[in-house]
Amino acid sequence: MEPSDHLFRREAGRMVAALTRIFGIHNLALAEDVVQDAFCRAMEVWKFRGMPENPSAWLMATARNRALDVLRRQRTARTFAPELGRLLESEWTLAPVVEELFAPKAIKDDLLRMMFSCCHPRLAEDAQVALILHILCGFSVSEIASAFVSSHAAIEKRITRAKKVLAGSKRLFDVTVQADFVARLPAVHRALYLLFNEGYHGASAQSAVRAELCHEAMRLAAVLLEHPLGAIPATYALSALMCLNAARLPARINASGNLSSLFDQDRSLWDRKLVLEGLKLLEFSASGTELTEYHVEAAIASAHSTVSHAKDTDWASIVSLYDTLMAIHPSPIVALNRAIAVAQHEGPARGLEEIEAIEDRNRLNTYPFYPATLGELELRRGRPDAARKHFQAALALARNPTERNFFERRMDTCTRGDSSATPLDRISQSTQVRAGKA
Amino acid sequence: MSEFTFLFRGRDTSASPEQMQKNMQKWVAWFKELGEKGHIKYPGHPLEGTGKVVRGKQKTVHDGPYAEAKDIVNGFTLIEAKDLSQAVELSKGCPILEIGGSVEVRPIQILNM
Repeated sequence: MEPSDHLFRREAGRMVAALTRIFGIHNLALAEDVVQDAFCRAMEVWKFRGMPENPSAWLMATARNRALDVLRRQRTARTFAPELGRLLESEWTLAPVVEELFAPKAIKDDLLRMMFSCCHPRLAEDAQVALILHILCGFSVSEIASAFVSSHAAIEKRITRAKKVLAGSKRLFDVTVQADFVARLPAVHRALYLLFNEGYHGASAQSAVRAELCHEAMRLAAVLLEHPLGAIPATYALSALMCLNAARLPARINASGNLSSLFDQDRSLWDRKLVLEGLKLLEFSASGTELTEYHVEAAIASAHSTVSHAKDTDWASIVSLYDTLMAIHPSPIVALNRAIAVAQHEGPARGLEEIEAIEDRNRLNTYPFYPATLGELELRRGRPDAARKHFQAALALARNPTERNFFERRMDTCTRGDSSATPLDRISQSTQVRAGKA
Repeated sequence: MSEFTFLFRGRDTSASPEQMQKNMQKWVAWFKELGEKGHIKYPGHPLEGTGKVVRGKQKTVHDGPYAEAKDIVNGFTLIEAKDLSQAVELSKGCPILEIGGSVEVRPIQILNM
């Protein structure tokens, strides 16, 4: 039997979550050791005997047995999960309790518990995202560093610090206390949203890596939706937004390996199944009275997804959706996206006016697509020389070869005086987090 | 046909789950291929990294591990091949080589009594 893709990575998250529930959050490192040990065992045995029928169950059973060993050997020397009290101390209760904690339903709750714990208010958003990727999604420090196009040392520092905060919190987040769940949920939404955006708009030049980040965010959002307290309109809206945007991933890089904007994409490559799934989720999100930024962004995404030709896009509606978004969740990035929509609707001069009017636009100074947008609009109103300077500025800020290549091609277009292509695109919302970081 | 044993040394415990899965899949594929070509006499076993060494007339017992991690034999397989050079060729497909490990290829003496 062939293991499904990323089986080990996925199981790593499930095992750490289950083990931390038993050992206690302060023994996170011990839980990670047990997981590594289970993988080593699987490696050794499977090498010689081939894959078992149910590899997930095999790994879980190995982790469970190892956990029992550790509990028996170290129960006098260490304290384990305070929530479990004395249940782990007696042989009468130890095995049945551990057995129960490794049941599939229990593990699902453990994932949720860990997800909420990672979104600890003492952690910065980028640390929360890194921690989720590391603990719940099983990415190593180097894999995260490479996905974020960051240095290994920087990510290692971020994760080590975050783990310290996590391990220092007295216990895992309790998902059974409704008031706490509801209060922490927006932070969890935000972290998943940023995780998705890191994949969708992020700096990694490898489209496979980016798609993986998007899929991890979608998988965790699905875990939220399975919990009665998690299945609220905002979660549906967030999931809808992810599906609708992820549907476009296959078209974002064109046949020659270049970044392809929303306007140039071959829309036949869009994943119809994901579009339909997204639209269905968007419908579910429409109950209730709360209107979140995810609702509005999902609505914007659906306005694109349901149109087969870029020229038929309903820009007036999109501009008004951006107005709503600015009202409930203002940021310079949202304002820039709004200006792009205005430019599509009323022409490049109006778009440039709107950009001029963005108050805190200096916060966009390190973001390559800010000068790139200025360049596109200048080019479109027939000023290729001004446009070229903007693209040059964008080139200096480019974060990876794909972006560099994209801006270089735009500079060539300016030199040729051809303004027919219109590669403006909706821009990452995650810049607020990245801004100011090298 | 002659018989050989492959002794495997080296393991990479610092790999990420993704790398370990890839590595494991390579092993499974390599083993499958050897099996399909009729080279596997006995798949063998992985060996625990711990154990004891009993030595000399005094029968002194030492704790393992006996050497540096990279020098510990952590598994064996019995192979059938035409001759030593074919067995060596077969061992070159072993994924352990990619993580800096080694395969020791030893002909098994056949005892004709």
